[in-house]
Amino acid sequence: MSGPLAFVLRRVLVTLPVLLAMSVLVFLIIHLVPGDPVRTMLGFRATDATVAEMRHQLGLDRPLLDQYVSWLSGVLRGDLGTDLVSHASLSELLAQRLPVTFELAGLSMLLAVLVGVPLGVRAATGGRWTRRLTEGFVVLGVSVPDFWLGIMLVILFAGLLAWLPPSGHVAFSDDPVGNLRYMALPVLTLATGEAAYILRTTRSAVESVLGRPFVTFLRAKGLSPRRIVQGHALRNAGPAIVTVIGIQVGVLLGGAIVIEQLFGLPGVGKLIVTGITQRNYPVVQAGVLAIATAFILVSLLTDLIVGWLDPRVADAAS
Amino acid sequence: MTTLGLPAAPRRAPRPRRPGRLILLGLLALLLLAAAAAAAPWLAPWDPEEMDVIGVMGPPSAAHPFGSDVMGRDVLSRVLFALRASLLVSTSAVLLSLLVAIPLGLVAGYFGRWVDGAISRALDMILVLPAMLLAITFIAILGPGSTVAALAIAVIYLPILARVMRTGALVVTRNDYVLGARARGASHLRVLLTHVLPNALGPVIVQASILAAFALQLEAGLSFLGLGVQPPTPSLGSMLADGRDVLTQAPWVEIFPGLAIVAAVLAFTVLGEGLRQAFDPEGVAE
Amino acid sequence: MTALLSVSDVAIRFAGPARPAVDGVSLDLRAGEMFGLVGESGSGKSTLANAVLGLLPASATVTGSIRLEGRELLGLPEEELRAIRGDAAAMIFQDASASLDPTWPVGDQIAETIRAHRPVSRREAERRALELMAEVGIPDPARRFRDAPHRFSGGMRQRIVIAAALANDPRLLIADEPTTALDVTIQAQVLQLIDRLRREHGTTVLLITHDLGVVAQACDRVGVMRGGRLLEVVATADLFAKPSHPYTRALLAANPATAPRGSRLPVIPPEWSVEALDG
Repeated sequence: MSGPLAFVLRRVLVTLPVLLAMSVLVFLIIHLVPGDPVRTMLGFRATDATVAEMRHQLGLDRPLLDQYVSWLSGVLRGDLGTDLVSHASLSELLAQRLPVTFELAGLSMLLAVLVGVPLGVRAATGGRWTRRLTEGFVVLGVSVPDFWLGIMLVILFAGLLAWLPPSGHVAFSDDPVGNLRYMALPVLTLATGEAAYILRTTRSAVESVLGRPFVTFLRAKGLSPRRIVQGHALRNAGPAIVTVIGIQVGVLLGGAIVIEQLFGLPGVGKLIVTGITQRNYPVVQAGVLAIATAFILVSLLTDLIVGWLDPRVADAAS
Repeated sequence: MTTLGLPAAPRRAPRPRRPGRLILLGLLALLLLAAAAAAAPWLAPWDPEEMDVIGVMGPPSAAHPFGSDVMGRDVLSRVLFALRASLLVSTSAVLLSLLVAIPLGLVAGYFGRWVDGAISRALDMILVLPAMLLAITFIAILGPGSTVAALAIAVIYLPILARVMRTGALVVTRNDYVLGARARGASHLRVLLTHVLPNALGPVIVQASILAAFALQLEAGLSFLGLGVQPPTPSLGSMLADGRDVLTQAPWVEIFPGLAIVAAVLAFTVLGEGLRQAFDPEGVAE
Repeated sequence: MTALLSVSDVAIRFAGPARPAVDGVSLDLRAGEMFGLVGESGSGKSTLANAVLGLLPASATVTGSIRLEGRELLGLPEEELRAIRGDAAAMIFQDASASLDPTWPVGDQIAETIRAHRPVSRREAERRALELMAEVGIPDPARRFRDAPHRFSGGMRQRIVIAAALANDPRLLIADEPTTALDVTIQAQVLQLIDRLRREHGTTVLLITHDLGVVAQACDRVGVMRGGRLLEVVATADLFAKPSHPYTRALLAANPATAPRGSRLPVIPPEWSVEALDG
């Protein structure tokens, strides 16, 4: 079998075992807790009867495989269990929290790409000062912890200038402008470090393409530098850039956990952290499952885009 | 945006680099930070736990060069002690990871075939989750604390370090002197230890130094969330969390611990870059 | 008869080495001829060829005069040179596999040359590109138009490169070792293609090669370069019958294709080495 459809199918099939492995890992979270997870959850003043009841409620008294199968089939049907503290449905909880995290991560990555790719191209083609300035930005962007950058931005924009609120959140559907005002600083925080990574990747990818012989032929055809860079160098650098963006989405989702805490955003990251401090294992499982699934699906999407950008990849795979 | 310039030909080779200077600079900065952290009990002007009720959130002054925090504790003294915890957790995490990754990568690269396949696939499983999420999952299971944080970071870096070691070992193993040693009847263990390991170690050390910089940031992030180093021990991340609610009134509580993190991260980055230029010109490390 | 390309007293120096890469070369190409420029690697023949279209790196200094149809090219601003490249004068290079953008469909890479110089619609450029693909002998061009370069053989790729270079019907084609990377049988086909297109379109061809066999097959006249200097220019027939310069004779004798049958291949004597020629 060959052709683009085969390539897509193959990538999707390779992703399934990864998703399965991740689901096992997430399922095992509660079972790997040293000692008795239920006792850890309820504290040591809980009576044996309460512990036994909770254990039954969580299904922990059944065989492991049995538990996994029923948990997974629940997940596939959209039933993630219930929050042990608030007794809310975890699916509904995630439905409220995920949009916040996705908005934060999506806007951050968008901003990082919009800044990082053009700057990376300029760094690859520009003069000495362009190179020095962008290099400085890269070193700082990579070395400054994002949450500390966030704190500095709050001091500047919320404290000294009082332009933006320091923390909080309103839903986009309730108040779009207010939503974006609350999102501005967290997005800027996460995007800065990402932009540095994307700049660095774009610069080295474009540089290496411009050194290749086909660029000489493009010049011999009479093409303008702008056309060579935008039409050819960027297209050839595309797979490297997209691959790094895919990897960085994982970093960004991880970073979002800390940034949500810093800016009081009610996203999945904050949910997980609260879940950990409350020993609320089902909440942790649901949150980790949601973010890990998103990450794996983004990786799949990245692979597909790379195959579309570089016809050799798709051909070699089928 | 003005018109894009295009180099008329491949850029001229950059002038010869001086990795020695970078390594020296990184090591010097690191030694300075480590010495300051180690000598914290003697260097610190105040007891990091001592609360000065009158001087709560006092701005930087002669008595408190970095100011004092919400509870009137001296920020400079706390930064020195926090540096201790942060450096300890991040470096021990990387060392621990190295300790496991080196033998795994060495064996995978040297023996190849199914040994390589088994080790590589097992390590790939770790990469299924993004780093921060994996660390947090780890802490969710074992509970918060500095040991668990170090362990979590070590696990995250295991596949990266092992892969670099594997590639190095793979390249070295193909060399004639390795085949020659085997032909002369040397045992696998002997060949691994005397020929493969010393010649393949460079890129791993480079990678470890680069990762140490990230480990510091990860540790700070975990401690900021309250999942890493636990009070009363101060850590740079938890100091930032403590000052979170007063950051507009007392920004110095937030500025100085952060600068300490940046300084340590830069020191490791500079050292790593120098080592990379000196010992990994082919770029085996990522 | 006026020369299509007139090179006079051209010297090219690079920033580093003291010796010029090309040293006082003068040369006239007649309209419609196929002129071979031969020499070993390092003789300066490719440097000279790249200088014609202004493709040398910024570290090169070119002096003298290079005129295309009477128009001075040296010292032209980059934008005006760009208007000439791929239009009045085109160039193809040794490795066709490396000359094409691996991510672009081959048809678009031909159409691109047209659109860079002519105000035609995309559709019109594609129609013309399709014709060119047929003209250079790509079987079933309509079906192959959107294929990426890696789906073609080396010879087919060089045909596509030729189509992209000749898309605007240039007066001059500079072909820098166009067949070196190819198999011998494919080499002959590509040479025949270049020769056929030259005759049909009246294109002047400057063929750079180190291979005297290629020269013998295709060229009207030959220039022999050595150590940056042009040693002699002769008609191809005369080159083999009565080479005048001792280096040319040595070169011919050292080539298995042109050496007398049954003779041993001699080593080129040191008195014609670069240093000796300099002194």
